[in-house]
Amino acid sequence: MIEPGPVCYRTLAYPNSHHLSTYQAIGGYEVIKDIITNQTPADTIIEAIKASGLVGRGGAAFPSGLKMSFMPKSADTIKYLVCNSDEGEPGTSKDRFILSENPHQLIEGLLIAAYAIGASVVYNYLRGEFDVPYQRMEKALEEAREQGYVGQNIFNSGLTIDIYNVSGAGSYIVGEETAMLESLEGKRAYPRAKPPFPAMSGLYGCPTTINNTETLASLPVIIQQGPSWYKNYHSENSGGTKIFCVSGHVMRPKIMELPLGIPFTELLDKVGGIRDGNRLKAVIPGGSSMKILPAEVMLNIHMDYASLKAAGSAIGTGAVIVLDETCCMVEILTCLMNFYKHESCGQCTPCREGTPWIYRTLIELLNGKSSVAAVESLCRIAGNIEGKTICAFGEAVAWPVTSFLQHFSDEFIYFAEHGHSMVKGRKKS
Amino acid sequence: MSNPILTAAMINKIDHCSSKFPVDQKRSALLMALRVVQDEYGWLSEQAIDAVADHLSLPRIYAYEVVEFYSLYRRKKPGKHVIKVCNSISCYLCASQDLIHLCEKKLGIKLGETTPCGRFTLEETECIAACAGAPAILVNDAVYHEEVTATKLDQILHGLTTNEVPND
Repeated sequence: MIEPGPVCYRTLAYPNSHHLSTYQAIGGYEVIKDIITNQTPADTIIEAIKASGLVGRGGAAFPSGLKMSFMPKSADTIKYLVCNSDEGEPGTSKDRFILSENPHQLIEGLLIAAYAIGASVVYNYLRGEFDVPYQRMEKALEEAREQGYVGQNIFNSGLTIDIYNVSGAGSYIVGEETAMLESLEGKRAYPRAKPPFPAMSGLYGCPTTINNTETLASLPVIIQQGPSWYKNYHSENSGGTKIFCVSGHVMRPKIMELPLGIPFTELLDKVGGIRDGNRLKAVIPGGSSMKILPAEVMLNIHMDYASLKAAGSAIGTGAVIVLDETCCMVEILTCLMNFYKHESCGQCTPCREGTPWIYRTLIELLNGKSSVAAVESLCRIAGNIEGKTICAFGEAVAWPVTSFLQHFSDEFIYFAEHGHSMVKGRKKS
Repeated sequence: MSNPILTAAMINKIDHCSSKFPVDQKRSALLMALRVVQDEYGWLSEQAIDAVADHLSLPRIYAYEVVEFYSLYRRKKPGKHVIKVCNSISCYLCASQDLIHLCEKKLGIKLGETTPCGRFTLEETECIAACAGAPAILVNDAVYHEEVTATKLDQILHGLTTNEVPND
């Protein structure tokens, strides 16, 4: 179900992958020790991260080094680093195993990033259901503190970097970076209007950088091996490694850390192909908010940022959701919208009203009480949400709707006209 | 001074949460403090919410605001064990609907209900990041069970009944 990998999952090849001794045996904490002992300039680290091509692995793919460079250089205010471990994008199950299986590497990544941006306090925000990952992170932090890696005077340098694990209370929108800051302040997770961006005014109004768990856990290896090793890991400029979580209608769903740029067909082979000898119908390539792509597109695609963008979707969180020929697309979209209806935070009217409206329209369609005009209204409603909300949740709702209708409109129209699915074997209304 | 709601052990835990934040930012500890109390009682009564807010010296409305917003907080006493079946896309594709029906049949209740003996509450949950282990079940908001089959469900329920939670 989960395989060892070259970067974030490298300790998984060993027994007791989460133990301090395991991480130390593979050179753990040597990178941050070197940085601090040699007083490596922060800019050198940020430039290395930029050169590595690392982009945010939580879905937005913003260049990580560039994001760090936005932090003010002045030392007159406290600065924060926040690690986004609120993994909740449907289809995504990768950070959970970094937290539980390789917690020390994440801690070293947090220290490197905090050093680079001049942050003295780090919050690692885990979703409220992550009990085992939280316990493992707490244990690892305790060990790291005992070793003098975390806290005051780390590596006897006089430098202070405190790290704290924080647990959430159930909310998808917390994964949005400014919503996470609100939540850390003990409030409802309502995303903030930007600007100001967190680098200027973040947690408690102080400069803050928020990065995804996978992004931060990659840093020790990137610095250790060098940016060009990472950037050219698979082929020239392929951009490093990514954790792919392949789920849905495959023989052996699996979580694998692989080179960016591998062909989708190779990914599919690694999970044993489509279940029951069925044919591939479509793939949501990067978590439920990304646009769906039909089989004929996916079978010719390489799993990297540029290729998926060119095909009209995105790598997102690396959650590859595979749908076989038995899927009724009306039913699948309804399942997705059930999620978004539940998770809309309710702050912006277009999303709060539009998301349940789309859901209700789909339920009426599934109940055989709809019309072609209602189907056509779906894209209009989605269009009235997209780009009209404070955060990207609006896009996350709209993209599945518009892409399902772009590629599978015949199924929706058929359902409206006949009152049942055109996919054989699917339930009638 | 003893508090009828917050025991010394709970206050200890809450103060540990508070210690993670700047001294003038006690509100930051609110989410975790409420969870500490809920973990003890299974739910959050008005008295419990008020006690947490009072202990952190916060206006009580701050606590109600987050309790109503975040989905893990409960305002009603659930069964001893809460069984949540994930019903988001990856689990849905792996027959989570059938698993829900199976749970309903085995427990003799519908989604959202609690067994008359008070032992089990059955609910569905949104994605819990167990997508490569679909279909997945979350017990008591903390314990994951993945690739749940009918046999495995029997083992989980039996384990909870006899207080021997099987390892996943």
